[in-house]
Amino acid sequence: MNVISVPASLDYRTVDELYGAVVEASEAGSKSLVDLRHLRFVDPNGMVALLSVGSLLRDRHGEPGPMSLPESGDVLGYLARMGFFEQAQRFFEFGEIPARRGGRASDVLLEISPIAENRHVHDVVDRVQERAESILSRTLEYPPTAVVKFSVILSEVCQNILEHAEAPGWVAAQVYTWEKRLQRQVLVIAVADMGRGFKGSLADEHATRFSDRWGDATALEAAFMHGLTRFPDSGRGHGIQQIRRQVRRWDGLLSIRSGTARIRDVPSWESDPPMETDLPRFPGAQINIILPARAQAPETAANG
Amino acid sequence: MAEHIDPVPIDVSALVQRTVATLYSHLVTRPTGRAVRLAIESQLARRLGDANGPALSLVDLSEVGVLDFSCADEVVARLLAAYLPDSRPREAFFVFVGVGELHREPIQTVLVRHSLTAVAEQNGEYDLIGATSTPLHDVWRSIEAAGTVPLNELDSMFHVPADRRAVDELIRQRLVLHLQAVDGVQTLSTVARALR
Repeated sequence: MNVISVPASLDYRTVDELYGAVVEASEAGSKSLVDLRHLRFVDPNGMVALLSVGSLLRDRHGEPGPMSLPESGDVLGYLARMGFFEQAQRFFEFGEIPARRGGRASDVLLEISPIAENRHVHDVVDRVQERAESILSRTLEYPPTAVVKFSVILSEVCQNILEHAEAPGWVAAQVYTWEKRLQRQVLVIAVADMGRGFKGSLADEHATRFSDRWGDATALEAAFMHGLTRFPDSGRGHGIQQIRRQVRRWDGLLSIRSGTARIRDVPSWESDPPMETDLPRFPGAQINIILPARAQAPETAANG
Repeated sequence: MAEHIDPVPIDVSALVQRTVATLYSHLVTRPTGRAVRLAIESQLARRLGDANGPALSLVDLSEVGVLDFSCADEVVARLLAAYLPDSRPREAFFVFVGVGELHREPIQTVLVRHSLTAVAEQNGEYDLIGATSTPLHDVWRSIEAAGTVPLNELDSMFHVPADRRAVDELIRQRLVLHLQAVDGVQTLSTVARALR
């Protein structure tokens, strides 16, 4: 039995460690235990990554694999509140689903929600309206119109799963305080699917013109920078372009991880490169959006 | 002149509720947009039957909360595009009413992507939205101010070549209506005001 040790902090910066461990385990061949015992922090990116890994391992071995639960009661409770275990039980064996204690936390915008059909997108958009109003206006100090614009982003990002992955996926969103990195609160939205990835989705329509340059990075560039899709007609490809535009207006970060590459729009507060290649293989796609609270104007901050 | 046109007011919100079956007040996802577009077209066919005269369809977005880009592409751009060619299903013209500020960006974006222009109304004010230009806007405003412009006066009224090309473009994009009874043209907004 291989042991896939999950990093103590699992977020968009560390999911590659998890994917790397899965690649190593798959080379070893035998069944894997996904070990969450030392998990101390997990964000929506980490949760949807765990589900993706679970889906991959179950498909590889033909049955759910073992998962050891976090030792931290806080992390266990948080995963329960986010609905992680309801989704995870399809892919992992971990005994009884830990009970959800207490009500919904005020900083949870969207619990982990499966996206497999059109109605799920409607459901997600309907569900976030009330909480999005509170979180976007009070916590992030965005204008009231942000709720509709955020809903459009959410809808488009979820549709990306249905239209291009041809496989189910998940979406989740949660507010965090980034005291050290940004001295502000941020809203993290994560979407992941275990579909065919951007390279697979675009290959039939676009691979030939790229010749031997065709790969995960060029496929991501084609979709992200140029709005290309697997559909030949001109009306497609709005989604990612419009998400990029709105996230930039809010000084947010948008990254897409697919195959062995990650592409991102880098805001002023981030220093990561716009493209990373040669990463551990992740067969589907993972989209990460981070929206920071509006920065106080210098004079306001000085007065405050 | 209004008596020559069949008014077909269409409440998109009601259509969504009927055709998609679940009570969605938000127009999101491409399949939903496609269903709404087909419902608008079937409603047109049902209401007009075999009538061959021009029909103005008022597509009402006033009760729509969220409109995403995929849905706007289907409900606005692809609907207009289907009625541009000579092979169009019927002589239907479309005006989008109740277009709120938050609807404008998706509609503008999808229309530009298809090189299309539409007439949009908000709070009683009509405007062109989409792939517009200054001459197109100016000429459209001039025709709207005039009410009806007889065909034989178009050349003298718009003698500057760029303006005349704009007239042709307004006719091609079906943003003005040729009323045979008076042998003149009116903007869709003028017709819509008369019908509402």
